[in-house]
Parts: sequence; C-alpha cells; structure tokens
Amino acid sequence: MTMSERVPGTNRATQPVTDQGYSTLETAGGHWMQVTDVAAYYGDRMAISEISMTIKPRSTTAIIGPSGCGKSTFIRCLNRMHEVGLGNNRVTGSVLLDGHDIYGRGIDPVQVRRYIGMVFQRPNPFPSMSIYDNVVAGIKLTRSPSRTELDEAVERCLNQAALWDEVKDKLKASGASLSGGQQQRLCIARSLAMQPHILLMDEPCSALDPIATYKIETLISELKRQYTIVIVTHNMQQASRVADETAFFLAGEERVGKLVEFGPTNQLFTNPTDSRTEAYITGRFG
Amino acid sequence: MTTRDVENEIASPASWNVQGPPIFARRGGVGADDVFKWLVYITAFAVPAVLVAIFILLVIDAWPALERFGLGFVTSSNWDNVKEQFGSLPYIYGTVVTSLLALLIATPVGVGAAIFVTEYAPRPLRVPVSFTIELLAAIPSIIFGLWGFFVLTPVMRSTVEPFMKSAVGPLPVIGSLFQGPSVGKDLFTGGVILSIMILPTIVSISREVLLAVPTMQREGMLALGATRWEAIREAVIPYARVGIAGAAILGLARALGETMAVTMVIGNSSRKITGSLLTPGYTMASAIANQFTEADNPLYFSAIVGVAALLLVVSAIVNVAARLMIWQISRGVAKGGNRG
Repeated sequence: MTMSERVPGTNRATQPVTDQGYSTLETAGGHWMQVTDVAAYYGDRMAISEISMTIKPRSTTAIIGPSGCGKSTFIRCLNRMHEVGLGNNRVTGSVLLDGHDIYGRGIDPVQVRRYIGMVFQRPNPFPSMSIYDNVVAGIKLTRSPSRTELDEAVERCLNQAALWDEVKDKLKASGASLSGGQQQRLCIARSLAMQPHILLMDEPCSALDPIATYKIETLISELKRQYTIVIVTHNMQQASRVADETAFFLAGEERVGKLVEFGPTNQLFTNPTDSRTEAYITGRFG
Repeated sequence: MTTRDVENEIASPASWNVQGPPIFARRGGVGADDVFKWLVYITAFAVPAVLVAIFILLVIDAWPALERFGLGFVTSSNWDNVKEQFGSLPYIYGTVVTSLLALLIATPVGVGAAIFVTEYAPRPLRVPVSFTIELLAAIPSIIFGLWGFFVLTPVMRSTVEPFMKSAVGPLPVIGSLFQGPSVGKDLFTGGVILSIMILPTIVSISREVLLAVPTMQREGMLALGATRWEAIREAVIPYARVGIAGAAILGLARALGETMAVTMVIGNSSRKITGSLLTPGYTMASAIANQFTEADNPLYFSAIVGVAALLLVVSAIVNVAARLMIWQISRGVAKGGNRG
C-alpha cells in the first residue's frame, strides 16, 4: 500500500474540486491544500481570522509578515499542531488536504500529522537517538519494517535532505552531535521519511547561519519538485528566493492576524496590490 | 581654539603622552570582600569536615569490634550479644533488600505520577495532585510506622502476602522470594512502607525533570504522527532519563537511612538469611535504634557503632556509584548536547 492511498478520512471518497481545478493535478501526484475562513484561538483570544488560501501542489508557498502577525499560528493550524499543549486552543473554518477536511468529525490529529510533516524554528533532533534512529523515528511509530527497508529509507531521506555525504560514516552518532544546519537537515530528513503529502516549515532557518540557510534554501527548491511545501519566514529575501506563491499576513489593532495579500511571489514583491504589502516589502515597517 | 589648533594639539605628543592625574586608589588592609571570601570558604569546608569527623569518631568507637571480628563483622550472620559474637550481615542484607524493593516499587509509580501531573492532568488538578504527593514527605516517619504497624501489616499478612505466594511463589527463581509463612512483619512489608516514603522524592524530582524537557522535543515527535503516549515514550522520557535516574537514586538514599517506620514493620529478627522476602528481618538503621540502649558492655556498644559506620559507608558507596552512573549517562548526552 502506498502512502498516497492512505489519505485521512479514507471512509470518504476523494471529492473532485472542479471549481478549483486541482483534481487533475492531484492525479498527477501533487498534493494540495485548501484553507477556507480559518480562525485560531488561544483560549478566548483570537489570534488569526478570516484566512483563506489555496496551496498549490508541488510548489512552495511562503507566509511572510511582521512578528505577531500569526504566521506561525497559521502554519500550526495546517497539521493540527495548534491544538497541542495546555489551554483551550481551537481552530474554526476548514482546512482540506486533497479535498479531505483535516478538521472533519472523527479525524484523528495523529493521522493528519502523518501526512503533513513539520520542520520547526529551532532544530530539534532527539538527542538520545542516533542519526539513523532520528530519521526512522516516525516510521517506527506505525510499523516494524525490516532492517533493509529502514536502511534504504535512511539513505534515501538523508540524500533528499542533502545530508547523506556528511553523515554516512557516523550514522550511529547522536543526532545532537551535528552542527545546527546539519541538525535542521536531519529534521527535514526525519519528516521526509514519513513520505508526507505536505511539508510545513516554520521559520526553518531562523536559528542558522547564512551558509546553512543557503543549503536549506537550495534543498527547498529541490524538494518542491516532489513535495508541496509551505514555509513561514520572517526573511523577505528568503521568500522571494524560494517561494512560488507568497502570502502576506498582518495583525491589525486588535492584534488579530489577517491575510492581506496572496499571490505569485514575483507579483507580490514587484507589484503589490495592497498599500500595506508595499509598505512592508519596501521596509517602511515591520 | 580653531579646529586646526585642536588637530595640532592631538597630533603633538607632548600633550598626551604623559601620565594623567591619579585615578586608581591603592587598596590596603582587609576589606569586607576578603572577610566574605573567607566566610564562604569556611562554610564550604565545614560540611565535608563534619562528615569526615563523624566517620572518624564512628571508626574510633567501633574499633574494638572491628579489630576483634575483622572481615567477619561484615560477612558473618551471627549476631549474639550474650556470646559476644557480632556479625552484621543480616542487617546489611535487610537494608539492601528493603531499599531495592522500595526502589523497584516506587520508581514506576513515582515516574507514572510525575507523567500524569506534567502531561495529562487537566490544569485544575495539577497543583492539588502534586501538592498532596509532596505532603507525603512531610509526614513524620513515626506516623508511617504506626500506620504500617496497625494497618499495613495486617493487610499484608492476610491478603497481599498470601496472594503473592500463590501468584508468584510457584514461578522459578523469582518464586523463591515468596516462600514461607506470611507473617506480615517482614522484609516485604518493610520494602513496601519504604516505597511509600520515598515516593514524594521520586515524584517531585521526576516532575521537575519532565517539566524541563523542551516543548520542541514533544512537538517534534507529535509532528511525526506520534500519539501522546508515543511522544512521551519516545521523546520526553529518553530526554529526561538522566534526571529520572537521579530521582530514583535520591529515593534510594532516603530508603537506606530510614529508621523508625521500618523498625515497626520489619519484625526485628536477625535469624538466618533465607532469601525469601517473607521473613522477618532487620535493617542496619533499625538494629541501631533497637539495640543501642541495651548495649551494656563495651564490645556490644562498639559493634553497634560499627554497624553505624557501615551504614555510612554503604550510603556513601550507593551515592557515589549512582553519581558515577548519572555522570556517565549525562556525559553521553552532553557529548551530543545541543550545539544548535
């Protein structure tokens, strides 16, 4: 059974979303998301609201905006991480993965996260595990594959994450013994091992130096040929380098993040339609 | 002064290459800083000095017995104050067995409670639950002893011990731990009461350690599609394992020295070591507490002090071994510490 057959909510048939026109793209192997009128709350406080966007398959979508605009909150809504933790965090609206509502009734967030991988702001390899075990940590949660299968997965994912050559001789070393940039690529490899439909990256380079950042950006450009990527970044240059589409978030006076503008990266940076977008990308605030 | 003049003045060596007016005052005599320094030196050295002094005094007082029985003081199980034969092996055995049993029971329970408090308990339950558990630590030892004597002992004799005998007794190897009549006042009950007494230590330290695990570790595992329990098992506990080991060790240290409650439930008998937990026993601490008032001749007294010295040595060895172990594990983690 391949991963692409095991979509969340398998009791529901894949609904062709003709008005979006992505059903044909999905059959071509790409995975897409449709976000409609999403709002997220921390307890009673609304953090983002009225967010709608379409995340196109096999492309990179960047979320930019000043601190506190809710971009990290938003990306955490895409794999149901927002509801993790203390307090009464909740999300309203709908988020579809290939047409299936990930917030649908009876959908287990655990299942959702197996299809939507996430890379965090700070590299977070598991320090008690070897590099090898870090990569296969997710696979081992669901089943007990053969040693050969695991070996193959480790080599494939580390290759995809452009880390194989640097670590192939020390796969038994602790995952935390690597440099920050290597750790982050290890975390990417760890997510790729789950063969996710979507890869979410929450400011993946914010803790890295420029060379490590460059490597991750190159990697993102490689990965989007196969995966659908959503990346939050505070770095506008990064968005313009890696993203096909860019969304600009901004929090108003009530400190509720809203989507101000969403479009092809090129257009958003050269010819923004909203004056606030223009003010932000030209550096007049934020 | 024109700009040019200023430039000239700066450029001219005569105006700056000389010593300026004095700015540093020489300090003489003893300042408050020195006094404080010596004060903290003294306090820091006073603590190990007390330990060393206690040990030396114990050895001096115990010397007659140690000299007379030599290694037999530790290896012989014949303790007879009438015949003046003193071998303390049953006491050492009782201390080690009850403490290990307590550790075996209290560690899983304590870590489980700590996991509940940090990971599962709804917010309004957190504080009351951990507060109540820590209140256990405030209960005086003698009260545990009374409870053990009047409540725990009868229950152990009538229910728990017969059950263990029928359930575990027939098994090979481990079954030998549950042989003989259920007396209630025995090593098993001693271990059980100790496990309750060391629980607060294990819970509170494990809880601190679990709280210190970065959220990113938990979320990293959740993001791979782990359930809550899987994230705890695969990410949180491995990250916290060194601290959890430390919590267990501190619990063990407390169990080794605990006197009053154990004395009241262990049966206080220095009969032969049988290998079964269902035999009355003695711990080193309970032997000292029970016998020091009866020590009417010098050799008897000396033997009891000898047991005290041994208890000190055993406690020290356990602590050192534990710390070496923790150090070894933590070095393993430190080697791979986050260099992000």
